[in-house]
Amino acid sequence: MEVRELICIRCPLGCPLTVRIEGDQVEVTGNSCSRGEEYGKKEVLSPTRVVTSSVRVIGGDLEMVPVKTKQDIPKDKIFACMEEIRKMEVSAPVSIGDVIIPDCAGTGVSIVATRNVEKV
Amino acid sequence: MAEHDIVIIGGGPAGLAAAVAAKKAGITDILILEREACLGGILNQCIHNGFGLHTFKEELTGPEYAARYIELAESENIPYKLNTMVLDINKDKEITVINREDGLAMIKAKAIILAMGCRERPRGALNIPGYRPAGIYSAGTAQRLMNIEGFSVGKEVVILGSGDIGLIMARRMTLEGAKVKVVAELMPYSGGLKRNIVQCLDDYGIPLKLSHTVINIEGKDRLTGITLAQVDEKRKPIPGTEEYYSCDTLLLSVGLIPENELSKGAGVKMNQVTFGPEVGDQLETSSPGIFACGNVLHVHDLVDYVSEEAALAGASAAAYIKADGEKETAHAVELAAENGVRYTVPQKIDVENMKDKVTVRFRVADVYKDRFISVYYDDVRVSHKKKKVLAPGEMEQIVLKKDSFKEYPELKRIVVCTEVE
Repeated sequence: MEVRELICIRCPLGCPLTVRIEGDQVEVTGNSCSRGEEYGKKEVLSPTRVVTSSVRVIGGDLEMVPVKTKQDIPKDKIFACMEEIRKMEVSAPVSIGDVIIPDCAGTGVSIVATRNVEKV
Repeated sequence: MAEHDIVIIGGGPAGLAAAVAAKKAGITDILILEREACLGGILNQCIHNGFGLHTFKEELTGPEYAARYIELAESENIPYKLNTMVLDINKDKEITVINREDGLAMIKAKAIILAMGCRERPRGALNIPGYRPAGIYSAGTAQRLMNIEGFSVGKEVVILGSGDIGLIMARRMTLEGAKVKVVAELMPYSGGLKRNIVQCLDDYGIPLKLSHTVINIEGKDRLTGITLAQVDEKRKPIPGTEEYYSCDTLLLSVGLIPENELSKGAGVKMNQVTFGPEVGDQLETSSPGIFACGNVLHVHDLVDYVSEEAALAGASAAAYIKADGEKETAHAVELAAENGVRYTVPQKIDVENMKDKVTVRFRVADVYKDRFISVYYDDVRVSHKKKKVLAPGEMEQIVLKKDSFKEYPELKRIVVCTEVE
């Protein structure tokens, strides 16, 4: 049996988790909510993260529009996603939730805007 | 002179939540003054996620969290002035403002809510020897340059201080292709949230060196390198531990200071630990009708708690207007922070006129394991809760209920402290 000590990152409480892995059975203790259990399991089986960045805007009232992966993506795809995000440019206007890149780096997850940018 | 019932200084998360709460409490004549070109304050540059789990039960980025409150304020038709700098607040609650449209103007307020936030401790406050080349930024300045203005800040980075902004920027710069070589922290513990150490440093293999500081800065035009050294218990560099790092960028994440020049001008009594105003349970300062909330009151880790605190300040200001400023203190009790608790906010409670419950927020002085947080009403211990870990970087809170004071009619003092057993 493998035992791993983790810090939950799902909220700022930062609960110390103990994860026991026995074959495909994973048991999480130390969490204070169901999000912690989910995080503990995911973190040892297939860790994921939400990635945030910003993308250059053409013709907007802001230079950059902040963006995020709509859902969490596998940790090992973070830099592949960043490659695509860094090359991207969008034209104003942009609204929160607009898809900036559909299916980023083959993750099946889209990159969406997290701020409104007006056209000028 | 223009007159308003409530004037709110600052249109960040605290100012917006205060405005919405005051409006919901029935005050219509509200004005928000904001020095930036848009509402939302510092959240606009905090493009990472992790905001709003408490308030909205979902995980948002900073700009998304700000947008929720901006929408609320706009749907409530709360007036605001952008690009407007407040120069002074006097004891009669007359506010001197300046902007391009109105020039220099005075506004008279019946109640004022201070929501100016905080600013970063600069290099000048650290006394680091060495040259003064380009390439040294406070972490928040670098964050703004990258996330809002779209500049690339640097390629080889060292970060001094492990505050949350420094940790967030370590990840951000790594994602943008920079090499973050090390995060050095003077104290033997991190000043940031544990989760940020995990997801910003550990995820990317960035080393965190505790009890280390920068002892030299090199480079005449642009930064070329820095020297780190380990420090002893007295935070003095230990000879022989020096390590040189070549880098073109040094970020400083060495603490936040509430921005209270205006509060001081208004004659508000300040607290020597928080660097914010002293407040009672309604978040009213020592000056009647002037309230404070958010990072100008004390520096928070979580915007969710800023919003909660600010909503109380907004509701309290509304109640002050409705009562026409007539309010008597019935039974004020002092709150004392002792034995490992550095401060409390609020610093006093009117146990007769308080709401059903009051949230008392505080920070501890050091990292403690398996310690109790205790509350005493005069000499009687009324609460005793064990915590696995307490750290200065993580704000704690306790809730005191009005009912609990009934049995203590002569109560003079409430003590919040840590105890080993």
